Amino acid sequence: MQNHEEINRLKNIVHDLLTEATKQGASAAEAGLNIDDGMSVSARLGTVETIEYHCSQGLGVTVYFGKRKGSASSTDLSPDSIRETVQAACTIARFASIDEYAGLPDAEELATEFPDLDIYHPWNIETTEAISQAIACEQAARSYHPDITNSEGATLNSHQGIRVLGNTLNFIHGYSSSRHSMSCSVLGQRGESMQRDYWYSVARDASQLDSPEAIGQKAAERTIKRLNGRQINTCQCPVLYSAEVASGLISAFIGAISGGNLYRKTSFLLDSLGQQIFPDFVNIHEQPLLKNALGSSVYDAEGVTTQTRHIVQQGVIQGYVLGSYSARKLGMRSTGNAGGVHNLTINPGVNDFSAMLKLLNTGLLVTELMGQGVNSVTGDYSRGAAGFWVENGIIQYPVEEITIAGNLKNMFKQIVAIGNDIDYRGNIRTGSILIEQMSIAGS
Amino acid sequence: MDTLLQVKQTLLAPNGLNEAHIEQLLHHLLSTDVDEADLYFQSSHFESWSMEGGIVKEGSHSIEQGAGVRAVSGEKTGFAYTDRIDMPLLLRATDNVKAITRQAQERHIKISDEGNWPRYYPSINPLKSLADQEKIDLLHRLDLETRKLDPRIEDVMISLVAAHDHVLIANQQGKLSADIRPLVRLNITVVVVDANGRRERGSMGGGARSDYHYFLARNTAFDYGKEAVRQALVNLEAEAAPAGTMTVVLGPGWPGILLHEAIGHGLEGDFNRKGTSAFSSRVGERVASNLCTVVDDGTLSGRRGSLSIDDEGTPTQQTVLIENGILKGYLQDKLNARLMGVAPSGNGRRESYAHLPLPRMTNTYMLAGKDDPEEIVRSVKKGLYAKNFGGGQVDITSGKFVFSASEAYLIENGRITRPVKGATLIGNGPEVLTKVTMVGNDLELDSGVGTCGKDGQSVPVGVGQPTLKIESITVGGTQI
Repeated sequence: MQNHEEINRLKNIVHDLLTEATKQGASAAEAGLNIDDGMSVSARLGTVETIEYHCSQGLGVTVYFGKRKGSASSTDLSPDSIRETVQAACTIARFASIDEYAGLPDAEELATEFPDLDIYHPWNIETTEAISQAIACEQAARSYHPDITNSEGATLNSHQGIRVLGNTLNFIHGYSSSRHSMSCSVLGQRGESMQRDYWYSVARDASQLDSPEAIGQKAAERTIKRLNGRQINTCQCPVLYSAEVASGLISAFIGAISGGNLYRKTSFLLDSLGQQIFPDFVNIHEQPLLKNALGSSVYDAEGVTTQTRHIVQQGVIQGYVLGSYSARKLGMRSTGNAGGVHNLTINPGVNDFSAMLKLLNTGLLVTELMGQGVNSVTGDYSRGAAGFWVENGIIQYPVEEITIAGNLKNMFKQIVAIGNDIDYRGNIRTGSILIEQMSIAGS
Repeated sequence: MDTLLQVKQTLLAPNGLNEAHIEQLLHHLLSTDVDEADLYFQSSHFESWSMEGGIVKEGSHSIEQGAGVRAVSGEKTGFAYTDRIDMPLLLRATDNVKAITRQAQERHIKISDEGNWPRYYPSINPLKSLADQEKIDLLHRLDLETRKLDPRIEDVMISLVAAHDHVLIANQQGKLSADIRPLVRLNITVVVVDANGRRERGSMGGGARSDYHYFLARNTAFDYGKEAVRQALVNLEAEAAPAGTMTVVLGPGWPGILLHEAIGHGLEGDFNRKGTSAFSSRVGERVASNLCTVVDDGTLSGRRGSLSIDDEGTPTQQTVLIENGILKGYLQDKLNARLMGVAPSGNGRRESYAHLPLPRMTNTYMLAGKDDPEEIVRSVKKGLYAKNFGGGQVDITSGKFVFSASEAYLIENGRITRPVKGATLIGNGPEVLTKVTMVGNDLELDSGVGTCGKDGQSVPVGVGQPTLKIESITVGGTQI
């Protein structure tokens, strides 16, 4: 289902942008436009707290004067703004240096077929109904346990939008998409210990969201489990990343094989194509054409066809993550990843979460990470963490105020197992990941 | 020209609006029972230039313009915005917002101008402060001069950005306040490689509520280049950092991010009104050693975190957060101040018209103490000296916070010895300052690069501190 009339109106604006760019002397140009409509409703302590209506729009244009490039954007879609925005981009292009790698993608790489990815499911939820769902979600959390003493509330978000992209190689396409979510965050208190935690559900189609009650209960359960956490002693031990934090390891990997970091030599995985980085059992796929998924896309931010492909097979890197600029810098072809990856799936192993805990045996289960602490040039890794101490596969007590550290290159090699407890809520779909050994700093 | 007049001419007149329209919108908005209501008009011009591989690779320019409409009743907030400053769209936004409040007596609002407060930066347009060719020349010269500093430099990356913001705020009393906010920033990153192929990176940057001449005066831009190279070369020599709880000496300036994370967020009014902060209901209690006095100050001239008025039209001030170790107060916007029965402190900030105001920091720093910084290092038998930091994060409920060192050294027998790799430090906000046993006499503010995120909203902030000795904090290295 698509909103054809509105898409056509926006395509005309993109067309006007490209025409104006050519008129002002650009030898090539790319233009994009997006509009978003949405609502965000939150409830706290049993009553509505905020109602926000979102309605935003923006256009952007990149012009090339030969090998010189300039960009400009505006929130105003009027004809005057189109002229002025193109003018601003052209002014910049005149002052930019000649960059022999600059330019539009190669014409033959642009998408020509546009299958419907089933990512547009508008939700015509009334504000009053949204409020009652948020209240129900928070209520389920607050009534979960007597130690739940306070709340940051529950929020329901519903967004839909249209994106249109065009360039002077005759590419022009637009599509609608939607994204809905519900989240809840509550506090627990027991003695001196006060903790909060949260949970959320997100989907293209609101009917696939978890129930408000399930989200609230999960948020409360997570909060209660964290109460009375303590530091552990400084040590080295195996670390199990729960599925919801394991995606961070994979995104650090993706960052290291992304074109920008590779051509700038700011990656710890330079010249890693064809190299074994992970153990044999690790396979990572990109699946851009999955129906109804959060990262699905027929083409990337430049209009280049996305690829269903293996990024890692049997632990060996099969391809980098490139847009057309970084590809040219590296003497390669675009992999359809301008703007990032699309539905990365890490092949799950045979172990569910409790089997992963048994494999961990005695060590640290990490369920929250804090801070940045990752050096992309060297792979050095040091982050704040919270989670649970595990002995003989059984959770013993909550742990907080510790750090976990290592080097990503070693950590990738030391992956012992990947769980089948996949978290589907993001663009990176992975189960929990067990690392053989890391340095824990505590008391 | 008068700022208010200038802002009205930028935001209202070109969109066919005048004060009568604002009166009409407020009248419409105030036909319900509200405690706070405002209209926030904004136009932002932004440009960025970036250089790498010895060429000015790209630049971009953006214009964002729109208006946000807010009504607050009790603890309930209704909010809508539009990307076009246009009367029918504004009326529709007003209608949406009113849904959260109850019908009330009609009130007629008469617009009046506010403008009697000090201004801490000039009403200049930084984008126009240099000709485009001069910006390009600056980038090229900086690139060239920096590359000359060491043969191990492999690449230099520079970004130069400027923003020029006009805001106009109309509140429920009909008071109109305006501000023109310039902001510039320059960042330089160098990648170095040694004979063995080991690579490292160093970064330095700075900025101010000023124009591009800020980087040319006193060779500031070139000093950033030297500093980035120095840090990168230090990191080339760095060994594994220690892991565990130890004494840490923090250098002056940017390490003040400690205060931002450990103290500042936990003292924001919304968390304390709701009782969700580890500092809730603790005013009057000891939360730091008596050597520590911490303030938030939006009135520092030209600083990145400074504001003449906040985004609710409240003039900024210096707010004492901790005085000689005792918790004194919170950072307030209007909503939370009203609900807590205190005065707003000029900390109501929003990323843009498309976001709701929240209590936020401006420039947060600790006042100077009496100790000689060298004496502080000499007092440590074994520990870590952390000179530069990346970002940080805090869980305001548990109080746990992290901040990541990007340049650090071992202290052995009172002397700074070998450089060690970056590591994350983790501590507990309400406890960490109670372990401060020495405070240097060398207060420095950061160079003007801080950006703070909260609820998905980014705003520019400043931090600062003198050299500090923390008796024990957990350092997340790998060496056990």
